[in-house]
Amino acid sequence: MGSLVLMIIGLAMFVAGYLVYSKYLAKRVYKLDDKFKTPAHEMNDGVDYVPTNKYILWGHHFTSVAGAAPIVGPAIAVIWGWLPAFLWVTLGTVFFAGMHDFGALWASVRNKGRSIGALSGRYIGKRGANLFLIVIFLLLLMVIAAFAVVIKNLLISTPTAVIPTWGAIIVALLVGIAVYRMRWPLIPVTVVGVVALYALIVLGNSVPVVLPESFLGMSPATFWILTLFIYGAIASLLPVWVLLQPRDYINGVQLFVGLILLFGSVLIATLFSAVKPEIVAPMFNTNLPEGTPSMVPLLFVTIACGAISGFHGMVSSGTSSKQIDKETDARFVGYFGAVGEGLLSLGTILAVIGGIKSVADWEEIYSSFGAGGVDAFVKGGGYLMENGLGLPASLSATVLATMAVLFAATTMDTGMRLLRFVVQEIGDAVKVKITKIPATLIVVVVGLGLTFSQGLGGEGGLRIWPLFGTTNQIMASLTLSIIAVMLIRKRRNPLPAIIPLVLVFVLSFWAAIDQLVSFTQPGNADWLLFALDVIIIVASVWVGIEAVLAMRRAAKEPPEPEHEDAELSAVREDV
Amino acid sequence: MAAADSAPQRREDLSRRWAAFRDGLHEFYVGPYRNMFLREKRDEDDLFMIVVLGEALGVPDPAAFYSAELMPAVWEDFHAWHRRIGIPDSPLDHIACC
Repeated sequence: MGSLVLMIIGLAMFVAGYLVYSKYLAKRVYKLDDKFKTPAHEMNDGVDYVPTNKYILWGHHFTSVAGAAPIVGPAIAVIWGWLPAFLWVTLGTVFFAGMHDFGALWASVRNKGRSIGALSGRYIGKRGANLFLIVIFLLLLMVIAAFAVVIKNLLISTPTAVIPTWGAIIVALLVGIAVYRMRWPLIPVTVVGVVALYALIVLGNSVPVVLPESFLGMSPATFWILTLFIYGAIASLLPVWVLLQPRDYINGVQLFVGLILLFGSVLIATLFSAVKPEIVAPMFNTNLPEGTPSMVPLLFVTIACGAISGFHGMVSSGTSSKQIDKETDARFVGYFGAVGEGLLSLGTILAVIGGIKSVADWEEIYSSFGAGGVDAFVKGGGYLMENGLGLPASLSATVLATMAVLFAATTMDTGMRLLRFVVQEIGDAVKVKITKIPATLIVVVVGLGLTFSQGLGGEGGLRIWPLFGTTNQIMASLTLSIIAVMLIRKRRNPLPAIIPLVLVFVLSFWAAIDQLVSFTQPGNADWLLFALDVIIIVASVWVGIEAVLAMRRAAKEPPEPEHEDAELSAVREDV
Repeated sequence: MAAADSAPQRREDLSRRWAAFRDGLHEFYVGPYRNMFLREKRDEDDLFMIVVLGEALGVPDPAAFYSAELMPAVWEDFHAWHRRIGIPDSPLDHIACC
């Protein structure tokens, strides 16, 4: 019963957030105006700037921002007990993530669809824009290293997921060929593709693949990480229609199916099953395993994309803002996109606190900080689905492991492609022409170097996970400061942006300092992470000072005329 | 009578909704990558334009005899092309597109 009550409270908070708070933001703070000519209409070129139906745009936006992070983060963070994680996911989505994603979309729409990086140049100054490049490089690097380790862990802990994980690539290749080469209609191809994916899950469930202790002279962990990087490099070099596009699409469809299965299981299990899904996790965990960092501030950066995430602002201002048909659609696409991500996190929390059979089992899984993670999601969610839908536990676990792997893998190969572009850009900046293949090689070497920096088991990849949270949130504070400056200039209430800005900034800065101290512990010193952390701290101080100066300037200057946005000269941006 | 009217109406509604669903799904598939495809196609078209107009632009072309035949195929896009590659006015005297 407990899980259902929690699910209903969570869903009610999201609904209320959308119906009440986002309406307030739309009407009073952002003052959305249907008559404002959006960049999609003003610069319609049929390529980047295309007016798009709001439901379809929401689907694109949501699937681009949903990765493995909203699963990994909350699944680790419940170690402090279920209530803090639940509150941060729900309140964080309603008051932080929703306003941030919605605001980034609005800010970009009001600025001819320019990205957050370009906007920081306009509102905060040139230094803000440079900072953005550093942060984005680190963020992408962390994503590919951490996700390689997440996938490796799942492939080892859930050997039944090996066949569906790699089989999904073949399904995607066949879907791509069927749609583009054979020109078959999409609906039957989708149905066959999804059925094939689930058939692979059933097959994988009966044929688990466990690698021997030493495979090709490597441990399974080393082998999987190397294979994943080679796969990512090839995927990022292939034409998009061959693999990436059908893979993202099938994954998007699978995301909706997975969410329905998870929430449906909680509902059905509570209403009809003999064993009601009770919450076994403590509300506040007073018996924390040794080595667990303090809840404040680490809870907030660990949950990362489960609540507020700077990466969402990048997507909002990078592609979604160029496709908004009417300015009023920003509320649905931006705010409700964040709610979608919140739903995924809520589902994860329900799985890891209510899907585990007993308190003893729960404590065994959460025996050390970071031990819970996706494995707990797979185990807990698998049990919930067994209970609710009657699927065998191992099959349910395979379904969820495949879902998590697919999320992580699509984010990883997109991350490698983006990082390759960044490397090529850096090459251009120092007047060295780096072509596609050397750039990809650089990405693979740097990524592997980071992942293996703590040993061949890939420990380096996950140890930077807390840094991912901090970096990501510093980017979110950069975006919030741009929104705050815009609101002050327009003489509107800036508090909905400034309160989350201060909180997110203080918490991520605090976490970064906490971590800096931990990296210098004698006997357990980690100088690579120390160096990365120093960069992040310097960057965050920088953001803080720049943002305060920009806000003071904005408050002193005369108010911005209401029609100024419409008169901005149109500037196109390479996407 | 009303029931007879409403049956075709319902069928029409249903087929309209089905078509909207089909279009939506298609858009969900192609949308995120639309710009990449169009950009690649544009690059290919630009290359084709350069090959066809090579001789006219002063680049010796041994196959000019054949490529000249393709000129009418590129007229329509010529203006957009020279603007896109950064030449504000027509680079060819005999084409006064702007």
